[in-house]
Amino acid sequence: MDKDSAIKSLLEEAAETRWEIGQEFHDKLSESIYQNAAHIADRTVIKEGQKENFNIDRTIDSIVTSPIWGFPIMFCVLAVVLWLTIIGSNYPSQFLAFLLLDNAYEWLRAFAIDLGTPWWLSGFLIDGVFLSLAWVISVMLPPMAIFFPLFTILEDLGYLPRIAFNLDALFRKSGAHGKQALTMSMGFGCNAAGVIATRIIDSPRERLIAIITNNFSLCNGRWPTQILLGTIFIGQMVPDSYQSLVSTASVIGVALLGIGLTFASSWALSKTFLKGEVSSFTLELPPYRKPRILQTIYTSLIDRTLIVLWRACVFAAPAGAVIWLVCNITIGDTSIANHLIYLMDNFGLLIGLNGVILLAYVLAIPANEIVIPTILMLTVMTAPITGYGSGDGVMFELDSLGNTHEVLVAGGWTLLTAINVMLFSLIHNPCSTTIYTIYKETNSVRWTTLASIGPVILGFIVCFVVAQIYYML
Amino acid sequence: MQNNTPSACDSCAHNPNTSLKRLGVEVENTDYVIALAGNPNTGKSTVFNSLTGLKQHTGNWPGKTVGRAEGGFMFNDNSYKIIDLPGTYSLMSTSEDEEIARNFILFGKPDVTIIVVDAGRLERNLNLVLQILEITDKAVLCLNLIDEAKRHNISVDERTLSKDLGIPVVATSAIRNVGIQELLKTVDDVAKGKIKCTPHRIKNVPKEIDKKVSKIQASIESLYPGLPNARWIAFRLLDGDEDIIKAIEEGEFINDK
Repeated sequence: MDKDSAIKSLLEEAAETRWEIGQEFHDKLSESIYQNAAHIADRTVIKEGQKENFNIDRTIDSIVTSPIWGFPIMFCVLAVVLWLTIIGSNYPSQFLAFLLLDNAYEWLRAFAIDLGTPWWLSGFLIDGVFLSLAWVISVMLPPMAIFFPLFTILEDLGYLPRIAFNLDALFRKSGAHGKQALTMSMGFGCNAAGVIATRIIDSPRERLIAIITNNFSLCNGRWPTQILLGTIFIGQMVPDSYQSLVSTASVIGVALLGIGLTFASSWALSKTFLKGEVSSFTLELPPYRKPRILQTIYTSLIDRTLIVLWRACVFAAPAGAVIWLVCNITIGDTSIANHLIYLMDNFGLLIGLNGVILLAYVLAIPANEIVIPTILMLTVMTAPITGYGSGDGVMFELDSLGNTHEVLVAGGWTLLTAINVMLFSLIHNPCSTTIYTIYKETNSVRWTTLASIGPVILGFIVCFVVAQIYYML
Repeated sequence: MQNNTPSACDSCAHNPNTSLKRLGVEVENTDYVIALAGNPNTGKSTVFNSLTGLKQHTGNWPGKTVGRAEGGFMFNDNSYKIIDLPGTYSLMSTSEDEEIARNFILFGKPDVTIIVVDAGRLERNLNLVLQILEITDKAVLCLNLIDEAKRHNISVDERTLSKDLGIPVVATSAIRNVGIQELLKTVDDVAKGKIKCTPHRIKNVPKEIDKKVSKIQASIESLYPGLPNARWIAFRLLDGDEDIIKAIEEGEFINDK
């Protein structure tokens, strides 16, 4: 008998036997394996006294995953992590800005003048490329260096699986996978990291939902925008003593709206483009472990912070160059930037924004953290005010919140503009790093396009509706 | 029962007897290939890091290792490649992780498979161990997280466990580098054939089923003489595992050792 026919007869024999035994084979075999395991464990595992520590784990679990306390505790943990990130990153941010923007920038400019570099070259390299890099580093590095280690410590502690456990029911109702809770939390640090983390989801359908909706997790680059606007516009509506409370609440409100949108859009996707059954999975609640703080800080700095920062820099440098170019290349009498702002102004006003903001978002696709500096720069250029900034196409940030408020109001900003910029900052296309990551992970132009364009359209609709309601009131 | 107190020398980086040289990701043309398998969240990645010197991110949540990671080390003048497989509870169902782990142990034919288990949750972990032992006969059990188990007043009789499973058992606390030297030496011995394993095979299978399994097993063995895991393949065939059926059709089980 030759090999091929032997293989054939073996497979036939197996198929026949399978019919004879029937469905119960798998269960019977699993049962035997469990019996064997129990037998061996019985002979070898020695338990002394009561398992007190296991009970401590169980007690903690019964609180943090309880129907009553689970959500408030999650909310508090989120608030504390954000609060530490916001407060903690303030000082290093100021220091880096002092170092890179005030000192290194001036020094480079002086150096360029000494060398006799033509104005367009030093403008392009120093005012364009260098400034945008300096911005990204000073605004992005400190919060990431605080947020990622905090997040990693929560991971090591074992809290993340509990979050997934709590949110599982909600995700299931939205037609998505419970592990999306984990990738959503990652997204609060960085959407690109969140998209990569979706690899833990096996089912391609549910993984796509997690990838497409990750953008609704407010990322690090967008927190500063929210905090700034929440402080100078929303906070100022109430008496001084409530200001910090109200502005914090407005920022957390936007973040919660993002979570709500994650559920809503997951549900919508699972009812339209990505129909299918919710797959089940086992999630083991691991024991709580004491995190190793120093090692955690080291690995999260190396593995996450620096990699994400590097990618942001790669995308921000050319963006800075483009911003400088559109402000300094003129067609007719005005710069390209002015032409574009004029073109987009009507549409912008219709949805409660303006041309400056829309152009800033287009220019800032590479990195969300340069949105506010770009808006300020473009506003100064076009609004009838003098005495701020240092010339066309130079990104800068104003020293005090009061000045920023003044510039924006001069640029035609109202409370509506602030609210809508906060909303639009939550609901718009992902940054180019994330778009690229989505393409790498899905390998599909179609899904990448949906993930990029979909949120922009939704953002326009939301801003339009809010603007109409605002005008009516 | 062995004394689990870690020896200070064992975990000391200056130990002159240490013949471990970490190679990081330089893993071309190594002498031996090691697979690292185990349940999720038993510290596989920590064991992997302490062997290779790599800093693969570890986290306290199941399913953290996505796909597989590779690294290398030198021990006693031999070079080793080690593959960190995704953590799984079983090798019998259809999730992608289980397939990656199963296929590597089955088709990748590692020289030694290190099975990492949580000493505090041995019974649950044994489910996977017993399945792996049906596939490969060269394995070492890494009884990890012994310090955590001890804190929970659990200890494990390593000698009986080793006798029952038919493979060497090494107690470790990888996070503190305890027992890693012994693990390396044991792996080295198994790879070179100095330690012969006689792995546990699943018992208590109902008689009438067992008889049929044996018949299929005999057919497989006559087709591929010397195949170490004919019984397991018979199990999979009777379970209707499409991948295994396809592998047999394509003649992937030819014993080339």
